[in-house]
Amino acid sequence: MQARKYLWTVDTPQNARGWLGSAALVLVVVMVLHWSAQGAQLSIGELAAGLPQIGDFLSRTMPPDLSILPRLWGPALETLQIALWGTLLGVILAVPLSFLAARNLCRNPVLYHGTRQFLNITRSINELILALIFVSAVGLGPFPGVLALAIHGLGMLGKFFAESIEEIDQGPIEALQATGARPLQVIVFGVLPQVITAWIAVVLYRFEVNLRSATVLGMVGAGGLGFELVSSLKLFKYPETATCIIVITVMVVAADTISSRLRNAIQSGNNH
Amino acid sequence: MISVRQLTKQYGSNAVLRGIDLDIAAGEFVVILGQSGAGKSTLLRCMNRLVQADAGTLTVAGMDAIACCDTRALRQQVAMIFQHHNVVPRLSVLKNVLTGRLGAVNTLASVLQLFRREDIDLAMQCLQRVELAHKAQQRTDSLSGGQMQRVGIARALAQRPKVILADEPVASLDPKTSRLVLQYLRDATRELGITVVCNLHQVDYAREFGDRIVGLAHGRMVYDGGPDGLTEDVLHRIYPGQEPEAEDEQATAGLQVRYAN
Ligand SMILES: Nc1ncnc2c1ncn2[C@@H]1O[C@H](COP(=O)(O)OP(=O)(O)OP(=O)(O)O)[C@@H](O)[C@H]1O
Ligand SMILES: [Mg+2]
Repeated sequence: MQARKYLWTVDTPQNARGWLGSAALVLVVVMVLHWSAQGAQLSIGELAAGLPQIGDFLSRTMPPDLSILPRLWGPALETLQIALWGTLLGVILAVPLSFLAARNLCRNPVLYHGTRQFLNITRSINELILALIFVSAVGLGPFPGVLALAIHGLGMLGKFFAESIEEIDQGPIEALQATGARPLQVIVFGVLPQVITAWIAVVLYRFEVNLRSATVLGMVGAGGLGFELVSSLKLFKYPETATCIIVITVMVVAADTISSRLRNAIQSGNNH
Repeated sequence: MISVRQLTKQYGSNAVLRGIDLDIAAGEFVVILGQSGAGKSTLLRCMNRLVQADAGTLTVAGMDAIACCDTRALRQQVAMIFQHHNVVPRLSVLKNVLTGRLGAVNTLASVLQLFRREDIDLAMQCLQRVELAHKAQQRTDSLSGGQMQRVGIARALAQRPKVILADEPVASLDPKTSRLVLQYLRDATRELGITVVCNLHQVDYAREFGDRIVGLAHGRMVYDGGPDGLTEDVLHRIYPGQEPEAEDEQATAGLQVRYAN
């Protein structure tokens, strides 16, 4: 008899109980998936039935109405401005909070846990929901968009900043404390130099994400390109919608490219 | 300069220092020897209050290091050198030395990276003492381990301290570099009249550099005297159970065997 060429190297259960356990696990997973599919009303049939309509919609967007491009210039810039200030405000708020949310800097457990929870909460609320809240608070326009991005970004950045502070080498910090330096001096000379490149990279990434979010914030009345997109949809001007989507895509891709170039440059400049 | 009476320190039920009595005169270079876990680092860290002692009295540079209310004033007078040098890697060499001035300068100015000309001149002088003035503008992480430790020494000197505490300053350096680093430390402090308390693991260096040697075992002093008094018998008391030289020989023997294979 010929030796078998392949051996199955997967760890299989050793006994009946093991097999039973695995079978039960598989059963549970299948049941959960089936239950979720029903809840979400997954249906191949409906997708198939809807395909012609999707095709119809796409054909009606063709050709994109490029004549409105000059009109989109303003909202596009506004989107960029919203993303810029949303990111900046987020950073400004996140930096001081991150010192409180870093276990190795904040010795007060109440302050530490309180700040962590605050960051968790702000992070867990979606930008669109925040934008809705701020629109009702300060009225329609780009400013509520800025606030929404700032608050959500604060949660995201604050957590990341705090985690990168917790990862730094504690030795230099102790050495600075041993020179009699004050806490602020320890932060500026001991903490920031160790985290700054990681922070810049994540702020650039945050800007990228915020630009993407800023394009949809307009849907709830918070300024930018999203507003144009929704109005054209509501007026059934699909060729204009197509142009909006093209502009959004170009902007996001450009921001992605530039920011990833910058991040690479920073990281390689860091490792020389 | 340093006066210790019945100093004790416990971590939970682990009594690390069990009543230390020690007087160190100004300008002395004292080496502390002891096995790993003997309490050398703890003793040193009590002296600049990185560790809070439990009981006893401890006066360093005229200040009470157990109960004084101004820890920063104490730390300005008592500089520290660490085993892993603990310099900030991304800062320039000069700026690392300048951090030694942080306790003495205006907070706002220093945070804005403004230092007085005197402070910068002082930092450069300290760098000259360890012969690294030509590297002042380089990033510190481009230096070798021995050079970084010399930056650590320069930072300590820049504090203009009365006392320097050195916790195993050469434990991660090769023998030649170790000797060089200790020479820089001894020459600079001798010239400036700074008192040094230095933890070491190598008996040879203790003999070569110490004006006086203190042996610590299980939180108690078991020897206090000149380098000449370090007899076999004394070393047995400092390193109970195992002689350090024998250990070294075994280690090298082990290496040779491994190379032979
Ligand atoms: N922060 C701490 N918490 C709890 N125990 C500690 C702490 N620091 C030190 N110890 C304990 O105190 C004892 C003495 O430690 P210490 O660092 O003073 O020894 P050492 O003589 O410096 O040793 P080594 O030569 O290894 O540096 C050890 O048993 C250690 O486990
Ligand atoms: Mg130690």
